[in-house]
Amino acid sequence: MQPKIELLSQEMIGRIMDEAFQLMMEPGIKVQSAEARRLLAEAGAQVDESAEVAKIPEAVARKALETVPHSFQLFDRFGNPKVTYGGDAVHFDPGSSGVHILDPETLEHKTSFTPDLARVVKVTEMLPEYDAQSTAIVCNEVPKAVGDFFRLYVVLLHSTKPIVTGAFNIKTLDTMIEMLAIFAGGRKELASKPQAVFDVCPSPPLIWSGFGSENLIALARAGVPAEMVSMPLAGAAAPVTLLGSVVQHTAECLSGITIHQLAQPGAPIVWGGAPAIFDMRRGTTPMGAIETAMIDASYAQVGKSLGLPTHAYLGATDAKVVDAQAGMESGMSALVGALAGINMISGAGMIDFLACQSPEKLVIDAEAIGMVKRLLEGMKVQTDTLATALFAGINFKGDFLKQKITRQLFSKEQHLPSAVIDRDSIRGWQEAGSLDTFGRAKERTRQLLAAYKRPELDPTQEKALHEMVTSLSRAAGMDSIPAME
Amino acid sequence: MSEELFKKMAQSIIDGDSDVAVELANEAIAAGIDPLVAITDGFVIGVNQVGDAFACGDAFLPELVMAGEAMKAAVTTLEPEMARRGSERQILGKVVLGTVEGDIHEIGKSLVGTMLGASGFQVYDLGVDVSAEKLIGKAVEVGANIIAMSALLTTTMVKQKEVIELLEQEGLHNTIKVMVGGAPVTREWVGKIKADGYSEDAIGAVAVAKSIVGAA
Repeated sequence: MQPKIELLSQEMIGRIMDEAFQLMMEPGIKVQSAEARRLLAEAGAQVDESAEVAKIPEAVARKALETVPHSFQLFDRFGNPKVTYGGDAVHFDPGSSGVHILDPETLEHKTSFTPDLARVVKVTEMLPEYDAQSTAIVCNEVPKAVGDFFRLYVVLLHSTKPIVTGAFNIKTLDTMIEMLAIFAGGRKELASKPQAVFDVCPSPPLIWSGFGSENLIALARAGVPAEMVSMPLAGAAAPVTLLGSVVQHTAECLSGITIHQLAQPGAPIVWGGAPAIFDMRRGTTPMGAIETAMIDASYAQVGKSLGLPTHAYLGATDAKVVDAQAGMESGMSALVGALAGINMISGAGMIDFLACQSPEKLVIDAEAIGMVKRLLEGMKVQTDTLATALFAGINFKGDFLKQKITRQLFSKEQHLPSAVIDRDSIRGWQEAGSLDTFGRAKERTRQLLAAYKRPELDPTQEKALHEMVTSLSRAAGMDSIPAME
Repeated sequence: MSEELFKKMAQSIIDGDSDVAVELANEAIAAGIDPLVAITDGFVIGVNQVGDAFACGDAFLPELVMAGEAMKAAVTTLEPEMARRGSERQILGKVVLGTVEGDIHEIGKSLVGTMLGASGFQVYDLGVDVSAEKLIGKAVEVGANIIAMSALLTTTMVKQKEVIELLEQEGLHNTIKVMVGGAPVTREWVGKIKADGYSEDAIGAVAVAKSIVGAA
């Protein structure tokens, strides 16, 4: 029995849906792509071309909900299914698009470069707690025009896990799909065994930008999974109430699915997001706030009531170093997301409102994820009797350590943490250098990087990828590929 | 041919499988292999491997304990053959072991006993709530090199001091050394009560005992 939390009653889900449908009619959805408006108009939406607003009737959206897949899988480079989007499957991947990297020695937030991304990818590759990679940080030495596909290139070279990524514009989206198709063996093959999901963002409140809409349409037609990242900002770019923000999220995602399914019925898409409350003291967007996690768990419940795959941004922190606040916010929010049964939880490794990545924090977050995954396994019945048979020969002695069954089952009952989690005696801890969590994580990060080996890729495919990236980079004015180390 | 058997013996200890260990011990006897060689070149290799893995955090207590139990079973099976041959397993030393008077915690103490036994010590485990007189009496009776005692409570830890004081009074501390252990035991305490060694855990206790008897 997978433990679960639900924040909404069935009746409340009904009210949220009802109000979301009302918003889609009044004020409607701003859709800044002519093609998307055309698709909507043809399906029966009332479109005001000058205002770029589409009023989408419930029946039109309901029709999209009939064709949208309830689940799909992401595959690794060898074509093995690794991530299930759908049901209550729970996976984690590192947060993405950070612009800084935390220097583990000076604790400075430094501008991130290609070797930093490679390091994050390598650490993620070594940690089984992460089922997918992400294009985790921006490589700042690379021209903006190649920024998105260059990141994917770095990930493809260093990892075989499925990838959560995203394009910065519609032309490079096509490049990125081509890059993935090299390894899948063609575009059609990529669509049948996708190795990546692409994030697509509406703009709060209730806007699908030109790029956002075109992104939805292009992904639908390519058959590559899209992941909507709706970001109501409660109290600023969304109603101050958590429920109000969930309604806005619902309206943005329902309209996104409608555009997407009109472009290609049956294409896979994820009900996802990265909402936050708005901090009224600092004007910031706290990802570690419990209310942020509450919005996520609630919209996920709405998505699940429609049978849709889900995603959220949790497991991150607003702290500037990897301290107690970082541990508390990351662990608590990862737990809420997992108990809500969210299929893909992005955010691990991130500090400072998703601006800064830290491989050391990724290592620590992996421990929290390990614990969370153990919780999801729930209480397991491992033996015929729960206890009575295990008391044979015990005779009031604490001799359970000597039982064969103890040896057989302890590692199934207990999640065995790495040395990042301190369970030593005070003296053992002192003898090991009296390190705090971050100190132990630095040590483990060093070990993981030392043990990392680049995956063996098909030389022909790797060459094709390299040639493609090199020629596109040259065209964008980048003379040589930056160093990865 | 024995190479293969020795490998299996080591593996039976690593697997913590007493039944297989006993089976292999009997096989060795039937094949006319010297039991002492079977122990040193076979079973002990497994014990060492599990001990090393445990010290690195790669093996866990149930594996360590089961390895110790399997070792015990193998040695017990080989003992009659050793007696028949008039050979004796060379023991590293004799250890009288117990949890001090007033204290009934025994998991840590028993682990130390298992590991010392598996490593070649003759262990006399007197159990829990053992008085100073009983510990010393047994040590004198069997000619022990070491008294090893455990205490989990700060309130019962003082009993460790009493045992050493009694040993001193009777002029026995020169011949019978004392190892102490237990959660509240600190290096300062060990110095204060003039104990001869202490360890954090069962694996460390083996090293301490070996150094006390000069076998390290």
